[in-house]
Amino acid sequence: MGGSWWSARPTCTGTMLTSSVFTGLSWNPVDDVHALFTYPFMQHALAAGTIVAVMAGVIGWFMVLRRQTFAGHTLSLTAFTGASAAVLAGVPIVLGYFTVCGLGALALAGASGPRRSQGTESAATGSIQAFALGLGFLFVSLYHGVLNGLDSLLFGTFLGITSSQVLVLLVVAVVAIALVAVAARPLLFASVDPDVARASGVRVQLLGLGFLLVLGLSVAETSQITGALLVFALLVTPAATAQRLTTRPLAGVVLSVALALLVTWLGLALAYFSVYPVGFYITSLSFALYVLARVFA
Amino acid sequence: MTAVSFEGAEARIGGTTIWRDVSLTVERGQFVAVLGPNGSGKSTLVRAVLGLQPLAAGSASVLGRPPGEANDRIGYLPQRRSFDESTRIRGADVVRLGLDGARWGLPLPGARSRAATRRVAEVIELVSATAYADKPIGELSGGEQQRLLIAQALARRPQLLLLDEPLDSLDLPNQAGVAALVRSICREEDVTVLLVAHDVNPILGYLDGVIYVAGGTAVEGAPEDVISAETLSALYGVPIDVLRASDGRLVVVGAPDLHGHHAH
Repeated sequence: MGGSWWSARPTCTGTMLTSSVFTGLSWNPVDDVHALFTYPFMQHALAAGTIVAVMAGVIGWFMVLRRQTFAGHTLSLTAFTGASAAVLAGVPIVLGYFTVCGLGALALAGASGPRRSQGTESAATGSIQAFALGLGFLFVSLYHGVLNGLDSLLFGTFLGITSSQVLVLLVVAVVAIALVAVAARPLLFASVDPDVARASGVRVQLLGLGFLLVLGLSVAETSQITGALLVFALLVTPAATAQRLTTRPLAGVVLSVALALLVTWLGLALAYFSVYPVGFYITSLSFALYVLARVFA
Repeated sequence: MTAVSFEGAEARIGGTTIWRDVSLTVERGQFVAVLGPNGSGKSTLVRAVLGLQPLAAGSASVLGRPPGEANDRIGYLPQRRSFDESTRIRGADVVRLGLDGARWGLPLPGARSRAATRRVAEVIELVSATAYADKPIGELSGGEQQRLLIAQALARRPQLLLLDEPLDSLDLPNQAGVAALVRSICREEDVTVLLVAHDVNPILGYLDGVIYVAGGTAVEGAPEDVISAETLSALYGVPIDVLRASDGRLVVVGAPDLHGHHAH
């Protein structure tokens, strides 16, 4: 089924999977955990969720540190634009995600010049966001008839992920994490202390562009699990929670990944045993952890 | 040995000349203040030393190299930098960035990493910031942040320290403390210091030289020549008095840019 993981028209496979999911809890933990891993669609969902959570945990930590959550939000809306453009053009949705998120990252980098104030930058980001969202709605309306996959595009799904899609996710995640690992120190320097970093020979501008592109990649990946609107659940909330709990960079990144994995696995398991969507569980669990961290740490 | 020298230098930003015909020399190990009214181009001078502001004319040499080529031997503290409460990074990590923050790759455990940790602890001790270096830098006071930022600038054992208004936004005891710290670093670690000052009084007793930037150019001189009522009044264009306190120290009174910011 190639690139049609959540193609615009839900396939009958999807419907059948949905009905077969509601097996309910047996209240025998061994059987229940076993049931989670029985079906290939669930294995793929867990694999995809794990890859996406690790990547979102790492990239999200830097995004929160750099105060680019607004940029991340904008990229997530361009993910929706990309998906709807892909549906309209009849190309794989994944291609739409990556292309349009990449373009969005370039536009954002162009909007944040070398010495712009924070205010100018967020106004420019907001304008790009509104435009991207408008384009997305245009594509949806140009696609005659009802775009049945719309709620999946916006709010995510874990059904119908194929093993080849898991492989694409893995390759992109490995590339993105490797890039961030290589640039970790200069990126941290440029994020916390751009003036001194520049004087120390760090290419602050170039790193900013590079990071936005990696963020675009990351958002394009994460959207495929959480949907365009709920990207924040994995990208922002675990990272923000981790930064409340520790001020050590390495510990922060590790904790951010751990929290993203926790909410993804729990969210997928809860969605498997209930009728509610995975996006709801992941966002609610992330939010609960964030609130706990704010209250107790 | 000369640390910094400019020869007929000119700086232009967006077609406007900031200063021109600037010729000056700072010897190694000196503590030199850069004074001048707001907007006269003091920070531009510092950025020119770093090679961040290219010269439109003239030439410059910094630690024996063209500007920008010796930056690994320069510690830099930019103007008005503070971390707000949401910056959840430890002070010690900010200091560490000054040591190896520009390096690619992840720091691997080993001898090099242990040496880095030792050096960070050492400079933090040097600026007497050990007590709060492990707290998030955004939660520290202005004076505490400034000490840690000076430690960051010192981490790589620089031969030249460029401090752009390090005393700005500090209260009086902290101004005196940081000024004394910079002076002892200059003497004991044999570091040349170029310090842009808003308020000359806290550093007046320590200076080896003064560079004053005004009227589209910059001139250097000995502190006793520059710190006089006539020179300062001409420099700032307002009446300024230089008084001698009972302990023999000079006190500058009347210049809005030299001490006026305490009023608000």
